[in-house]
Amino acid sequence: MDKIKGHPLSSGGKIQERNKKEKVWWKYMVSLVIIVIYLLPIYVLVVMSFKEKTDFSSRLLLPDYLYLDNYIKALKEGGFFNALKNTCFVTALTVGIIVILGCMAAYPLSRNRSKLNRIIKSICMGVMMIPSLSILVGVYTEIVSMNGVNCFWPVIVIGAAFGLPTAILLYSNFINSIPSSLDEAAALDGASPFKTFWHVILPQLKPVTATLVIQQGVGAWNNFVYPSYFLQKPAKYTLVLLIRQYFGTADSGSNLNGAAAVAILSTLPIVVLYIFMQKYFIQGQIDGAVK
Amino acid sequence: MKKRKNLQNLMYLPALGLMIVFIVYPLFRGFLYSFYKWNGYSQNMVFVGFKNYLDMMGNQFFGIAFWNTVLYAVLGTLLQEVLGIAFAIFLNSRFTGRIAVRTVIYLPVIISALLIGYMMTFLFQYHYGVFNEILQWFGMKPIDWLRDPGRGRIIISLVTGWHYTGSSMIIFMAGLQNIPDMYIEAAKLDGATKWQLFSRITLPLLQPAVASTVLLNMVGGLKIYDSIVSLTNGGPVQKTNSLSTLISYTYFTSEKAGYASAIGMFQFVFIFIISFFINRYFAGKEVEY
Repeated sequence: MDKIKGHPLSSGGKIQERNKKEKVWWKYMVSLVIIVIYLLPIYVLVVMSFKEKTDFSSRLLLPDYLYLDNYIKALKEGGFFNALKNTCFVTALTVGIIVILGCMAAYPLSRNRSKLNRIIKSICMGVMMIPSLSILVGVYTEIVSMNGVNCFWPVIVIGAAFGLPTAILLYSNFINSIPSSLDEAAALDGASPFKTFWHVILPQLKPVTATLVIQQGVGAWNNFVYPSYFLQKPAKYTLVLLIRQYFGTADSGSNLNGAAAVAILSTLPIVVLYIFMQKYFIQGQIDGAVK
Repeated sequence: MKKRKNLQNLMYLPALGLMIVFIVYPLFRGFLYSFYKWNGYSQNMVFVGFKNYLDMMGNQFFGIAFWNTVLYAVLGTLLQEVLGIAFAIFLNSRFTGRIAVRTVIYLPVIISALLIGYMMTFLFQYHYGVFNEILQWFGMKPIDWLRDPGRGRIIISLVTGWHYTGSSMIIFMAGLQNIPDMYIEAAKLDGATKWQLFSRITLPLLQPAVASTVLLNMVGGLKIYDSIVSLTNGGPVQKTNSLSTLISYTYFTSEKAGYASAIGMFQFVFIFIISFFINRYFAGKEVEY
Protein backbone atom coordinates (compact mmCIF):
# COMPACT_ATOMS: atom_id res chain seq x y z
CA MET A 1 0.00 0.00 0.00
CA ASP A 2 1.42 3.40 -0.83
CA LYS A 3 1.99 5.84 1.96
CA ILE A 4 -0.63 8.51 2.04
CA LYS A 5 -0.13 11.88 3.65
CA GLY A 6 -3.43 13.58 3.92
CA HIS A 7 -5.11 16.14 6.01
CA PRO A 8 -4.79 14.03 9.14
CA LEU A 9 -8.00 13.44 10.99
CA SER A 10 -7.42 14.25 14.60
CA SER A 11 -6.71 11.23 16.76
CA GLY A 12 -8.51 9.92 19.82
CA GLY A 13 -11.77 11.00 21.43
CA LYS A 14 -15.24 9.50 21.04
CA ILE A 15 -16.77 12.40 19.13
CA GLN A 16 -13.93 12.29 16.63
CA GLU A 17 -14.48 8.52 16.25
CA ARG A 18 -18.13 9.05 15.36
CA ASN A 19 -17.31 11.86 12.95
CA LYS A 20 -14.74 9.61 11.35
CA LYS A 21 -17.33 6.91 10.76
CA GLU A 22 -19.78 9.35 9.17
CA LYS A 23 -17.05 10.81 7.01
CA VAL A 24 -16.05 7.42 5.63
CA TRP A 25 -19.66 6.52 4.82
CA TRP A 26 -19.94 9.71 2.73
CA LYS A 27 -16.80 8.68 0.86
CA TYR A 28 -18.33 5.35 -0.12
CA MET A 29 -21.35 7.13 -1.61
CA VAL A 30 -19.19 9.49 -3.64
CA SER A 31 -16.97 6.60 -4.74
CA LEU A 32 -20.01 4.75 -5.99
CA VAL A 33 -21.21 7.74 -8.01
CA ILE A 34 -17.76 8.21 -9.52
CA ILE A 35 -17.47 4.55 -10.43
CA VAL A 36 -20.90 4.55 -12.07
CA ILE A 37 -20.13 7.67 -14.13
CA TYR A 38 -16.79 6.34 -15.23
CA LEU A 39 -17.82 2.77 -15.96
CA LEU A 40 -21.16 3.53 -17.62
CA PRO A 41 -19.84 3.94 -21.19
CA ILE A 42 -17.62 0.90 -20.78
CA TYR A 43 -20.49 -1.12 -19.33
CA VAL A 44 -22.69 -0.21 -22.30
CA LEU A 45 -19.95 -1.25 -24.71
CA VAL A 46 -19.50 -4.63 -23.01
CA VAL A 47 -23.23 -5.28 -22.77
CA MET A 48 -23.79 -4.44 -26.43
CA SER A 49 -20.98 -6.69 -27.57
CA PHE A 50 -22.87 -9.70 -26.26
CA LYS A 51 -26.10 -8.86 -28.05
CA GLU A 52 -27.32 -9.88 -31.50
CA LYS A 53 -27.44 -7.34 -34.30
CA THR A 54 -31.23 -7.35 -34.24
CA ASP A 55 -31.47 -7.00 -30.47
CA PHE A 56 -32.68 -3.48 -29.87
CA SER A 57 -33.32 -3.83 -26.17
CA SER A 58 -32.19 -1.09 -23.85
CA ARG A 59 -28.46 -0.62 -23.86
CA LEU A 60 -28.50 -0.52 -20.11
CA LEU A 61 -29.98 -3.98 -19.78
CA LEU A 62 -27.87 -7.07 -19.57
CA PRO A 63 -28.40 -9.38 -22.54
CA ASP A 64 -30.88 -12.23 -22.11
CA TYR A 65 -28.15 -14.63 -23.04
CA LEU A 66 -24.52 -14.28 -23.92
CA TYR A 67 -24.42 -14.00 -27.70
CA LEU A 68 -20.89 -14.90 -28.59
CA ASP A 69 -21.20 -14.68 -32.36
CA ASN A 70 -19.97 -11.11 -32.48
CA TYR A 71 -16.69 -12.22 -30.98
CA ILE A 72 -16.45 -15.40 -33.01
CA LYS A 73 -17.12 -13.51 -36.24
CA ALA A 74 -14.59 -10.85 -35.35
CA LEU A 75 -11.91 -13.38 -34.60
CA LYS A 76 -12.59 -15.62 -37.60
CA GLU A 77 -13.43 -13.42 -40.53
CA GLY A 78 -13.36 -9.89 -39.19
CA GLY A 79 -9.74 -9.19 -39.89
CA PHE A 80 -9.04 -8.92 -36.20
CA PHE A 81 -5.95 -11.09 -36.06
CA ASN A 82 -4.51 -9.36 -39.05
CA ALA A 83 -5.04 -5.96 -37.49
CA LEU A 84 -3.64 -7.23 -34.20
CA LYS A 85 -0.52 -8.44 -35.96
CA ASN A 86 -0.14 -5.11 -37.74
CA THR A 87 -0.64 -3.13 -34.57
CA CYS A 88 1.88 -5.19 -32.60
CA PHE A 89 4.41 -4.79 -35.38
CA VAL A 90 3.99 -1.04 -35.70
CA THR A 91 3.93 -0.49 -31.94
CA ALA A 92 7.02 -2.60 -31.29
CA LEU A 93 9.09 -0.88 -33.96
CA THR A 94 7.92 2.60 -33.05
CA VAL A 95 8.72 2.11 -29.37
CA GLY A 96 12.00 0.39 -30.20
CA ILE A 97 13.17 3.32 -32.29
CA ILE A 98 12.06 5.85 -29.68
CA VAL A 99 13.90 4.08 -26.87
CA ILE A 100 17.11 3.31 -28.74
CA LEU A 101 17.54 6.59 -30.58
CA GLY A 102 16.22 8.53 -27.60
CA CYS A 103 18.67 7.34 -24.96
CA MET A 104 21.54 7.54 -27.43
CA ALA A 105 20.66 11.14 -28.20
CA ALA A 106 20.11 12.08 -24.56
CA TYR A 107 23.60 11.01 -23.53
CA PRO A 108 25.67 13.64 -25.34
CA LEU A 109 22.96 16.27 -24.90
CA SER A 110 23.11 15.74 -21.16
CA ARG A 111 26.86 15.32 -20.69
CA ASN A 112 28.19 17.82 -23.18
CA ARG A 113 26.64 21.25 -22.74
CA SER A 114 28.31 23.02 -25.62
CA LYS A 115 26.54 25.88 -27.33
CA LEU A 116 25.78 23.67 -30.32
CA ASN A 117 24.32 20.98 -28.12
CA ARG A 118 22.13 23.41 -26.26
CA ILE A 119 20.72 24.62 -29.57
CA ILE A 120 20.16 21.02 -30.66
CA LYS A 121 18.34 20.32 -27.40
CA SER A 122 16.11 23.35 -27.97
CA ILE A 123 15.29 22.07 -31.44
CA CYS A 124 14.29 18.73 -29.92
CA MET A 125 12.04 20.45 -27.41
CA GLY A 126 10.67 22.70 -30.14
CA VAL A 127 9.63 19.67 -32.16
CA MET A 128 7.41 18.71 -29.25
CA MET A 129 5.38 21.84 -29.96
CA ILE A 130 4.53 20.97 -33.55
CA PRO A 131 0.98 19.61 -33.86
CA SER A 132 0.61 16.47 -35.98
CA LEU A 133 -1.91 18.08 -38.28
CA SER A 134 -0.07 21.33 -38.88
CA ILE A 135 2.43 19.47 -41.02
CA LEU A 136 -0.12 17.16 -42.66
CA VAL A 137 0.29 18.48 -46.19
CA GLY A 138 4.11 18.52 -45.96
CA VAL A 139 4.30 15.00 -44.53
CA TYR A 140 1.74 13.48 -46.84
CA THR A 141 3.28 14.84 -50.01
CA GLU A 142 6.73 13.78 -48.81
CA ILE A 143 5.62 10.21 -48.10
CA VAL A 144 3.73 9.98 -51.40
CA SER A 145 6.86 11.03 -53.22
CA MET A 146 8.69 8.22 -51.41
CA ASN A 147 5.99 5.70 -52.43
CA GLY A 148 5.14 5.15 -48.81
CA VAL A 149 1.35 4.93 -49.04
CA ASN A 150 0.00 1.59 -47.78
CA CYS A 151 3.34 0.80 -46.19
CA PHE A 152 4.01 0.54 -42.48
CA TRP A 153 7.29 2.42 -42.42
CA PRO A 154 5.84 5.96 -42.65
CA VAL A 155 3.57 5.29 -39.69
CA ILE A 156 6.44 3.84 -37.67
CA VAL A 157 8.92 6.54 -38.54
CA ILE A 158 6.56 9.48 -38.03
CA GLY A 159 5.27 8.02 -34.78
CA ALA A 160 8.85 7.63 -33.61
CA ALA A 161 9.78 11.15 -34.66
CA PHE A 162 6.93 12.62 -32.62
CA GLY A 163 7.81 10.47 -29.60
CA LEU A 164 11.53 11.23 -29.57
CA PRO A 165 11.41 14.66 -27.88
CA THR A 166 9.66 13.25 -24.80
CA ALA A 167 12.12 10.35 -24.68
CA ILE A 168 15.09 12.67 -24.98
CA LEU A 169 13.71 14.92 -22.26
CA LEU A 170 13.10 12.07 -19.83
CA TYR A 171 16.39 10.34 -20.54
CA SER A 172 18.52 13.47 -20.31
CA ASN A 173 16.90 14.52 -17.03
CA PHE A 174 17.69 11.09 -15.67
CA ILE A 175 21.25 11.01 -17.01
CA ASN A 176 21.84 14.39 -15.37
CA SER A 177 21.46 12.65 -12.04
CA ILE A 178 24.11 10.05 -12.84
CA PRO A 179 27.48 11.35 -11.63
CA SER A 180 29.78 12.11 -14.53
CA SER A 181 32.68 10.78 -12.48
CA LEU A 182 31.53 7.35 -13.64
CA ASP A 183 31.98 8.42 -17.24
CA GLU A 184 35.42 9.80 -16.48
CA ALA A 185 36.48 6.57 -14.76
CA ALA A 186 35.44 4.60 -17.82
CA ALA A 187 37.25 7.05 -20.09
CA LEU A 188 40.42 6.64 -18.06
CA ASP A 189 40.11 2.91 -18.59
CA GLY A 190 40.21 3.59 -22.30
CA ALA A 191 36.54 3.18 -23.15
CA SER A 192 35.15 5.00 -26.19
CA PRO A 193 32.12 7.26 -25.63
CA PHE A 194 29.81 4.62 -27.01
CA LYS A 195 31.31 1.88 -24.82
CA THR A 196 31.00 4.17 -21.80
CA PHE A 197 27.38 4.72 -22.65
CA TRP A 198 26.72 1.04 -23.21
CA HIS A 199 28.36 -0.30 -20.06
CA VAL A 200 28.01 2.53 -17.56
CA ILE A 201 24.89 4.55 -18.39
CA LEU A 202 22.55 2.22 -20.21
CA PRO A 203 22.04 -0.34 -17.43
CA GLN A 204 20.89 2.44 -15.11
CA LEU A 205 18.25 3.71 -17.51
CA LYS A 206 15.86 0.82 -16.95
CA PRO A 207 13.23 2.71 -14.89
CA VAL A 208 12.94 5.48 -17.49
CA THR A 209 12.83 2.93 -20.28
CA ALA A 210 10.05 1.02 -18.55
CA THR A 211 7.77 4.03 -18.17
CA LEU A 212 8.65 5.25 -21.65
CA VAL A 213 7.81 1.88 -23.22
CA ILE A 214 4.42 1.92 -21.58
CA GLN A 215 3.63 5.56 -22.32
CA GLN A 216 4.79 5.52 -25.95
CA GLY A 217 3.51 1.99 -26.48
CA VAL A 218 -0.04 2.92 -25.56
CA GLY A 219 0.23 6.01 -27.77
CA ALA A 220 1.42 3.96 -30.72
CA TRP A 221 -1.25 1.28 -30.16
CA ASN A 222 -4.01 3.88 -30.16
CA ASN A 223 -2.52 6.11 -32.84
CA PHE A 224 -5.12 7.18 -35.39
CA VAL A 225 -4.16 10.30 -37.35
CA TYR A 226 -1.33 9.20 -39.62
CA PRO A 227 -2.31 5.51 -39.83
CA SER A 228 -5.70 6.66 -41.14
CA TYR A 229 -4.01 8.52 -43.98
CA PHE A 230 -1.33 6.03 -44.90
CA LEU A 231 -2.87 2.62 -44.28
CA GLN A 232 -5.73 2.63 -46.72
CA LYS A 233 -5.96 -1.04 -47.65
CA PRO A 234 -7.90 -3.09 -45.08
CA ALA A 235 -5.12 -5.68 -45.11
CA LYS A 236 -2.86 -3.04 -43.58
CA TYR A 237 -5.29 -1.79 -40.97
CA THR A 238 -4.21 -1.41 -37.38
CA LEU A 239 -6.76 -2.10 -34.64
CA VAL A 240 -7.88 1.55 -34.44
CA LEU A 241 -8.60 1.55 -38.16
CA LEU A 242 -10.52 -1.70 -37.83
CA ILE A 243 -12.63 -0.09 -35.13
CA ARG A 244 -13.36 2.81 -37.41
CA GLN A 245 -14.32 0.46 -40.21
CA TYR A 246 -16.83 -1.36 -38.03
CA PHE A 247 -18.34 1.74 -36.46
CA GLY A 248 -18.26 3.86 -39.53
CA THR A 249 -20.72 2.10 -41.80
CA ALA A 250 -23.98 3.91 -42.41
CA ASP A 251 -26.47 3.81 -39.57
CA SER A 252 -28.96 1.48 -41.21
CA GLY A 253 -26.53 -1.16 -42.34
CA SER A 254 -24.24 -1.14 -39.39
CA ASN A 255 -23.86 -3.80 -36.79
CA LEU A 256 -22.98 -1.73 -33.77
CA ASN A 257 -23.01 -4.75 -31.51
CA GLY A 258 -20.43 -6.44 -33.70
CA ALA A 259 -18.41 -3.25 -33.66
CA ALA A 260 -18.56 -3.25 -29.86
CA ALA A 261 -17.06 -6.74 -29.80
CA VAL A 262 -14.20 -5.65 -32.05
CA ALA A 263 -13.60 -2.62 -29.88
CA ILE A 264 -13.43 -4.71 -26.72
CA LEU A 265 -11.02 -7.19 -28.31
CA SER A 266 -8.80 -4.35 -29.50
CA THR A 267 -8.62 -2.58 -26.16
CA LEU A 268 -8.34 -5.69 -24.00
CA PRO A 269 -4.55 -6.12 -24.32
CA ILE A 270 -3.88 -2.59 -23.13
CA VAL A 271 -6.43 -2.79 -20.33
CA VAL A 272 -4.99 -6.08 -19.10
CA LEU A 273 -1.52 -4.55 -19.16
CA TYR A 274 -2.87 -1.58 -17.23
CA ILE A 275 -4.47 -3.69 -14.53
CA PHE A 276 -1.25 -5.58 -13.93
CA MET A 277 1.24 -2.79 -14.36
CA GLN A 278 -0.67 0.18 -13.08
CA LYS A 279 2.36 1.40 -11.19
CA TYR A 280 4.23 2.05 -14.45
CA PHE A 281 1.31 3.84 -16.07
CA ILE A 282 0.92 6.12 -13.09
CA GLN A 283 4.64 6.80 -12.87
CA GLY A 284 4.81 7.56 -16.57
CA GLN A 285 2.05 10.08 -16.20
CA ILE A 286 3.91 11.90 -13.44
CA ASP A 287 7.25 11.82 -15.24
CA GLY A 288 5.72 13.22 -18.37
CA ALA A 289 4.53 16.27 -16.51
CA VAL A 290 7.67 17.27 -14.68
CA LYS A 291 9.73 19.74 -16.69
CA MET B 1 39.14 15.37 -25.46
CA LYS B 2 37.64 17.33 -28.31
CA LYS B 3 37.71 14.21 -30.41
CA ARG B 4 35.93 12.31 -27.68
CA LYS B 5 33.24 14.98 -27.43
CA ASN B 6 32.72 14.91 -31.17
CA LEU B 7 32.40 11.14 -31.19
CA GLN B 8 29.93 11.44 -28.37
CA ASN B 9 27.88 13.98 -30.32
CA LEU B 10 27.55 11.51 -33.18
CA MET B 11 25.16 9.63 -30.95
CA TYR B 12 22.34 12.10 -31.37
CA LEU B 13 22.57 12.25 -35.14
CA PRO B 14 20.09 9.42 -35.85
CA ALA B 15 17.40 10.90 -33.61
CA LEU B 16 18.01 14.39 -34.91
CA GLY B 17 17.97 13.14 -38.49
CA LEU B 18 14.65 11.40 -38.03
CA MET B 19 13.02 14.46 -36.51
CA ILE B 20 14.39 16.82 -39.12
CA VAL B 21 13.44 14.69 -42.10
CA PHE B 22 9.94 13.81 -40.96
CA ILE B 23 8.85 16.79 -38.89
CA VAL B 24 10.96 19.90 -39.39
CA TYR B 25 11.35 19.57 -43.16
CA PRO B 26 7.60 18.99 -43.72
CA LEU B 27 6.96 22.04 -41.57
CA PHE B 28 9.05 24.17 -43.92
CA ARG B 29 7.49 22.58 -46.98
CA GLY B 30 4.07 23.28 -45.52
CA PHE B 31 5.08 26.87 -44.98
CA LEU B 32 6.05 27.14 -48.66
CA TYR B 33 2.90 25.39 -49.86
CA SER B 34 0.78 27.86 -47.93
CA PHE B 35 1.64 30.52 -50.47
CA TYR B 36 0.34 28.52 -53.41
CA LYS B 37 -2.99 27.51 -54.80
CA TRP B 38 -2.71 23.77 -55.31
CA ASN B 39 -4.93 20.72 -55.13
CA GLY B 40 -2.24 18.52 -53.62
CA TYR B 41 -1.41 16.24 -56.52
CA SER B 42 -1.36 17.99 -59.88
CA GLN B 43 1.72 19.61 -61.37
CA ASN B 44 -0.13 22.87 -61.45
CA MET B 45 0.83 25.11 -58.52
CA VAL B 46 0.00 28.80 -58.69
CA PHE B 47 1.78 31.29 -56.46
CA VAL B 48 -0.80 33.42 -54.67
CA GLY B 49 1.19 35.09 -51.94
CA PHE B 50 -0.82 35.75 -48.81
CA LYS B 51 -4.16 35.03 -50.42
CA ASN B 52 -4.66 31.75 -48.53
CA TYR B 53 -4.12 33.52 -45.23
CA LEU B 54 -6.46 36.36 -46.14
CA ASP B 55 -9.12 33.92 -47.31
CA MET B 56 -8.68 32.03 -44.08
CA MET B 57 -9.28 35.08 -41.93
CA GLY B 58 -12.47 35.93 -43.76
CA ASN B 59 -13.75 32.39 -44.02
CA GLN B 60 -16.80 31.52 -41.96
CA PHE B 61 -15.79 27.89 -41.46
CA PHE B 62 -12.34 28.84 -40.30
CA GLY B 63 -13.79 31.18 -37.72
CA ILE B 64 -16.13 28.47 -36.48
CA ALA B 65 -13.33 25.92 -36.26
CA PHE B 66 -11.08 28.37 -34.46
CA TRP B 67 -13.58 29.29 -31.77
CA ASN B 68 -14.63 25.64 -31.43
CA THR B 69 -10.99 24.74 -30.83
CA VAL B 70 -10.66 27.42 -28.16
CA LEU B 71 -13.85 26.18 -26.49
CA TYR B 72 -12.76 22.55 -26.54
CA ALA B 73 -9.41 23.46 -25.01
CA VAL B 74 -10.68 25.86 -22.35
CA LEU B 75 -13.73 23.88 -21.25
CA GLY B 76 -11.86 20.60 -21.36
CA THR B 77 -9.00 22.03 -19.33
CA LEU B 78 -11.33 23.64 -16.79
CA LEU B 79 -13.08 20.33 -16.21
CA GLN B 80 -9.82 18.47 -15.86
CA GLU B 81 -8.34 20.98 -13.44
CA VAL B 82 -11.36 21.20 -11.17
CA LEU B 83 -12.21 17.50 -11.20
CA GLY B 84 -8.55 16.51 -11.15
CA ILE B 85 -7.88 18.45 -7.95
CA ALA B 86 -11.20 17.36 -6.43
CA PHE B 87 -10.53 13.69 -7.12
CA ALA B 88 -6.93 13.96 -5.94
CA ILE B 89 -7.98 15.45 -2.62
CA PHE B 90 -10.81 12.96 -2.31
CA LEU B 91 -8.43 10.07 -2.83
CA ASN B 92 -5.75 11.50 -0.62
CA SER B 93 -7.00 9.88 2.57
CA ARG B 94 -7.17 6.23 3.30
CA PHE B 95 -10.43 4.34 2.80
CA THR B 96 -11.38 0.97 1.40
CA GLY B 97 -11.84 0.98 -2.34
CA ARG B 98 -9.61 4.00 -2.79
CA ILE B 99 -7.37 2.19 -5.26
CA ALA B 100 -10.41 0.92 -7.17
CA VAL B 101 -11.69 4.46 -7.65
CA ARG B 102 -8.28 5.64 -8.81
CA THR B 103 -8.05 2.72 -11.25
CA VAL B 104 -11.46 3.48 -12.71
CA ILE B 105 -10.86 7.23 -13.12
CA TYR B 106 -7.54 6.71 -14.91
CA LEU B 107 -8.77 3.85 -17.12
CA PRO B 108 -10.21 5.98 -19.95
CA VAL B 109 -6.82 7.68 -20.41
CA ILE B 110 -5.36 4.55 -21.98
CA ILE B 111 -8.27 3.99 -24.37
CA SER B 112 -7.97 5.51 -27.82
CA ALA B 113 -9.76 8.83 -28.27
CA LEU B 114 -11.48 7.50 -31.37
CA LEU B 115 -13.04 4.66 -29.41
CA ILE B 116 -13.98 6.98 -26.55
CA GLY B 117 -15.96 9.00 -29.08
CA TYR B 118 -17.73 5.93 -30.45
CA MET B 119 -18.54 4.75 -26.91
CA MET B 120 -20.06 8.12 -26.19
CA THR B 121 -22.22 7.95 -29.30
CA PHE B 122 -23.89 4.93 -27.73
CA LEU B 123 -24.97 7.26 -24.95
CA PHE B 124 -25.84 10.28 -27.05
CA GLN B 125 -27.41 8.82 -30.17
CA TYR B 126 -30.91 10.01 -30.97
CA HIS B 127 -32.24 6.50 -31.53
CA TYR B 128 -31.53 3.97 -28.79
CA GLY B 129 -29.07 6.28 -27.05
CA VAL B 130 -28.87 5.72 -23.32
CA PHE B 131 -29.54 9.32 -22.36
CA ASN B 132 -32.61 9.63 -24.56
CA GLU B 133 -33.82 6.37 -23.08
CA ILE B 134 -33.46 7.81 -19.59
CA LEU B 135 -35.32 10.94 -20.69
CA GLN B 136 -38.18 8.80 -21.94
CA TRP B 137 -38.43 7.07 -18.57
CA PHE B 138 -39.37 10.48 -17.21
CA GLY B 139 -41.83 11.09 -20.00
CA MET B 140 -39.60 13.69 -21.65
CA LYS B 141 -38.95 14.06 -25.34
CA PRO B 142 -35.72 12.72 -26.81
CA ILE B 143 -33.06 15.28 -27.63
CA ASP B 144 -30.83 15.30 -30.69
CA TRP B 145 -27.61 15.63 -28.76
CA LEU B 146 -24.94 15.32 -31.38
CA ARG B 147 -26.53 16.76 -34.48
CA ASP B 148 -27.13 20.15 -32.95
CA PRO B 149 -23.92 22.16 -33.25
CA GLY B 150 -24.22 23.92 -29.90
CA ARG B 151 -24.91 20.73 -27.98
CA GLY B 152 -22.37 18.83 -30.04
CA ARG B 153 -19.64 21.25 -29.04
CA ILE B 154 -20.43 21.01 -25.34
CA ILE B 155 -20.51 17.23 -25.57
CA ILE B 156 -17.13 17.14 -27.28
CA SER B 157 -15.68 19.26 -24.47
CA LEU B 158 -17.28 17.12 -21.77
CA VAL B 159 -16.04 13.93 -23.40
CA THR B 160 -12.52 15.32 -23.50
CA GLY B 161 -12.80 16.13 -19.81
CA TRP B 162 -14.10 12.64 -18.99
CA HIS B 163 -11.38 11.04 -21.03
CA TYR B 164 -8.34 12.80 -19.59
CA THR B 165 -9.27 13.90 -16.05
CA GLY B 166 -7.52 10.81 -14.72
CA SER B 167 -4.16 12.00 -16.00
CA SER B 168 -4.48 15.38 -14.29
CA MET B 169 -5.68 13.66 -11.13
CA ILE B 170 -2.54 11.54 -10.99
CA ILE B 171 -0.31 14.59 -11.35
CA PHE B 172 -2.22 16.37 -8.57
CA MET B 173 -1.98 13.33 -6.33
CA ALA B 174 1.78 13.44 -6.71
CA GLY B 175 1.70 17.16 -5.99
CA LEU B 176 -0.34 16.65 -2.82
CA GLN B 177 2.19 14.13 -1.57
CA ASN B 178 4.80 16.85 -1.72
CA ILE B 179 2.98 19.12 0.69
CA PRO B 180 4.57 18.65 4.12
CA ASP B 181 2.11 17.61 6.82
CA MET B 182 3.81 20.10 9.05
CA TYR B 183 2.19 23.03 7.24
CA ILE B 184 -1.28 21.56 7.56
CA GLU B 185 -0.76 20.77 11.23
CA ALA B 186 0.54 24.23 11.98
CA ALA B 187 -2.40 25.84 10.24
CA LYS B 188 -4.87 23.63 12.04
CA LEU B 189 -3.32 24.58 15.36
CA ASP B 190 -3.87 28.18 14.35
CA GLY B 191 -7.55 27.37 13.86
CA ALA B 192 -7.75 27.37 10.07
CA THR B 193 -11.01 26.20 8.48
CA LYS B 194 -11.09 23.51 5.79
CA TRP B 195 -11.56 26.13 3.11
CA GLN B 196 -8.68 28.22 4.42
CA LEU B 197 -6.47 25.13 4.47
CA PHE B 198 -7.31 24.52 0.85
CA SER B 199 -7.08 28.04 -0.50
CA ARG B 200 -4.11 29.30 1.51
CA ILE B 201 -1.91 26.23 1.69
CA THR B 202 -2.91 23.34 -0.58
CA LEU B 203 -3.76 25.26 -3.72
CA PRO B 204 -0.73 27.59 -3.74
CA LEU B 205 1.62 24.68 -3.08
CA LEU B 206 0.01 22.79 -5.97
CA GLN B 207 1.03 25.51 -8.41
CA PRO B 208 3.69 23.42 -10.19
CA ALA B 209 1.11 20.66 -10.73
CA VAL B 210 -1.46 23.21 -11.91
CA ALA B 211 1.10 24.72 -14.29
CA SER B 212 2.02 21.34 -15.82
CA THR B 213 -1.56 20.15 -16.16
CA VAL B 214 -2.88 23.42 -17.58
CA LEU B 215 -0.15 23.41 -20.22
CA LEU B 216 -0.64 19.75 -21.14
CA ASN B 217 -4.43 20.02 -21.17
CA MET B 218 -4.61 23.27 -23.14
CA VAL B 219 -2.14 22.12 -25.79
CA GLY B 220 -3.85 18.73 -26.00
CA GLY B 221 -7.24 20.37 -26.29
CA LEU B 222 -6.12 22.75 -29.02
CA LYS B 223 -4.92 19.78 -31.08
CA ILE B 224 -8.08 17.73 -30.63
CA TYR B 225 -8.91 15.46 -33.59
CA ASP B 226 -9.74 11.76 -33.01
CA SER B 227 -12.78 12.13 -30.77
CA ILE B 228 -14.38 14.69 -33.10
CA VAL B 229 -14.11 12.23 -35.98
CA SER B 230 -16.02 9.60 -34.05
CA LEU B 231 -18.52 11.85 -32.29
CA THR B 232 -19.66 14.22 -35.01
CA ASN B 233 -17.12 14.01 -37.83
CA GLY B 234 -17.07 17.79 -37.76
CA GLY B 235 -20.76 17.94 -38.51
CA PRO B 236 -23.38 19.01 -38.96
CA VAL B 237 -22.07 20.89 -41.97
CA GLN B 238 -18.57 21.38 -40.55
CA LYS B 239 -19.90 23.24 -37.53
CA THR B 240 -18.17 21.24 -34.81
CA ASN B 241 -14.77 21.14 -36.54
CA SER B 242 -11.60 21.85 -34.66
CA LEU B 243 -8.62 23.36 -36.47
CA SER B 244 -7.18 19.86 -36.86
CA THR B 245 -10.27 18.32 -38.42
CA LEU B 246 -10.66 21.39 -40.63
CA ILE B 247 -7.13 20.93 -41.96
CA SER B 248 -7.85 17.30 -42.78
CA TYR B 249 -11.17 18.14 -44.45
CA THR B 250 -9.68 21.01 -46.44
CA TYR B 251 -6.79 18.92 -47.72
CA PHE B 252 -8.44 15.59 -48.50
CA THR B 253 -12.05 16.50 -49.19
CA SER B 254 -11.86 20.04 -50.51
CA GLU B 255 -8.53 19.34 -52.19
CA LYS B 256 -7.05 22.68 -51.23
CA ALA B 257 -3.51 21.81 -50.22
CA GLY B 258 -2.19 25.36 -50.10
CA TYR B 259 -5.07 26.61 -48.00
CA ALA B 260 -4.83 23.60 -45.68
CA SER B 261 -1.13 24.33 -45.20
CA ALA B 262 -1.97 27.90 -44.27
CA ILE B 263 -4.38 26.70 -41.59
CA GLY B 264 -1.66 24.34 -40.40
CA MET B 265 0.85 27.14 -40.07
CA PHE B 266 -1.66 29.21 -38.18
CA GLN B 267 -2.39 26.32 -35.81
CA PHE B 268 1.31 25.80 -35.11
CA VAL B 269 2.01 29.47 -34.38
CA PHE B 270 -1.16 29.84 -32.34
CA ILE B 271 -0.37 26.84 -30.13
CA PHE B 272 3.21 28.01 -29.76
CA ILE B 273 2.10 31.45 -28.60
CA ILE B 274 -0.46 30.03 -26.17
CA SER B 275 2.19 27.70 -24.66
CA PHE B 276 4.55 30.62 -24.30
CA PHE B 277 2.02 32.70 -22.40
CA ILE B 278 0.93 29.82 -20.19
CA ASN B 279 4.55 29.18 -19.23
CA ARG B 280 5.10 32.87 -18.58
CA TYR B 281 2.02 33.17 -16.44
CA PHE B 282 2.94 30.27 -14.22
CA ALA B 283 6.65 31.03 -14.05
CA GLY B 284 5.91 34.02 -11.87
CA LYS B 285 3.73 32.10 -9.48
CA GLU B 286 6.09 29.81 -7.62
CA VAL B 287 5.26 29.83 -3.95
CA GLU B 288 7.45 28.92 -1.02
CA TYR B 289 6.69 28.95 2.65
